[in-house]
Amino acid sequence: MTNPVINDIGRDIRLSGVSKSFGDLQVLTDVTLDVSDGEVVVLIGASGSGKSTLLRIMSGLETATSGEVTVGGVPMHDPKRAPEIRGHVGMVFQQFNLFPHLNALGNVTLALRKVYKMSKDDARAKGIEVLTRVGMADRAEHYPSQLSGGQQQRVAIARALAVNPRIIFFDEATSALDPELVGEVTNVMRSLAGEGMTMVVVTHEMGFARRTADRVVYMADGVIAEQGPPEALLSNPQNPKTIQFLSKVTDQ
Amino acid sequence: MWGSLPILWSGFILTLALSAVSIAGSMVLGLIVAALRTARIPLVPIVARAYVEVFRGSPIPITLLFVYFGAALYLGYSVNLFVAAAVGLSVYHSAFVAEIIRSGIEAVPAGQHEAAQILGLKAHQTFRWVVLPQTVKIALPPLIGQCISLIKDTSIASIIGLVELMKAGQSIVDRTSDPLSIYLTVAVFYFALCYPLSVWVTRKQRKVVHQ
Repeated sequence: MTNPVINDIGRDIRLSGVSKSFGDLQVLTDVTLDVSDGEVVVLIGASGSGKSTLLRIMSGLETATSGEVTVGGVPMHDPKRAPEIRGHVGMVFQQFNLFPHLNALGNVTLALRKVYKMSKDDARAKGIEVLTRVGMADRAEHYPSQLSGGQQQRVAIARALAVNPRIIFFDEATSALDPELVGEVTNVMRSLAGEGMTMVVVTHEMGFARRTADRVVYMADGVIAEQGPPEALLSNPQNPKTIQFLSKVTDQ
Repeated sequence: MWGSLPILWSGFILTLALSAVSIAGSMVLGLIVAALRTARIPLVPIVARAYVEVFRGSPIPITLLFVYFGAALYLGYSVNLFVAAAVGLSVYHSAFVAEIIRSGIEAVPAGQHEAAQILGLKAHQTFRWVVLPQTVKIALPPLIGQCISLIKDTSIASIIGLVELMKAGQSIVDRTSDPLSIYLTVAVFYFALCYPLSVWVTRKQRKVVHQ
């Protein structure tokens, strides 16, 4: 099949001096972060540290209060241009957010049909292709309620992959899963990383960070407290806050 | 008693027609009011909310009498009883229908909108392909319940003189001396209309719970 989805958006992300507040609550303060083509950046930090908000700003679900955000060449801080990112990046949510009234294939092909105006047969072929990539082709006709959490999340990843994104955001993609189901999702994420996908991953899975990340960014109180290669940051953290956070996480 | 059956039957047909027209009217009006209620336009949701509260807070005979006498007084010609009853019932029940649809729309989680937005669906596409199918599933059982109470409320049209099933029954009782068997027959007619809907809604609910 020739795939008519041509996703010609850029692959890198630049954040410069990004701040975000909700009313009086300052969630992010002057965050600067570059993610390059094909890089896998893992954001870690306690809940309330601002990591999820940072991810939501990059994906266009929130708008920064100040600062510049450019994702794949789209200036996300410009409200007129930010919608250009829609349909060009992928996002995987903690609660999966699959469409419950559509089966796995329907979830994966909805954007192909309605946004990219693909024919039914082409969308189906593309849908089966991405479901195969996450090992879910044999469940194409199943509805979300008939799938386990891990299977639902793999379908959600397939849905994100369907539009050929260059960048995928993962917002605590394994936090809602039973422990024994985490592996099947992180395996898929790892294979995407191996294929050169640019990924920004908010997670509590230190094993994933250690094995798959190119860089780990530790956030605390709305700022980047420390960042570096996974081995260095996770085994030999310098910032006292990082040391304290990591000791708590490893205690679990 | 059996001689009265043709009168009851024609009352039943009128009740059936009044129910059908009023259900259609209340659904269309209710959908419009729900849309206005959730619209992001200044003042419009407040007006829609006031509409809902006025009709929810008043007894249905008042609404019917208002429509009937209001039309007679201000439009100045003899009002068609059927039309007056249908308008009154539609308007009154549309307030409840609007609330059912609105809560159905709002019951669709924010994550559904976010997933659709990331995928590139426009607002109207998100409504049509993501929100509406889920709203229908959520709202259908209470909407059927609303239809059942509308069917029973058609009996109130008797107060403006429309000879529907209830009024037909009353007129027979006035002429004969057998109220119990006449009203029992009337009740059977209403039951025959409502019970199938009731069975259907129970089945639907079971299916929704199952999913």
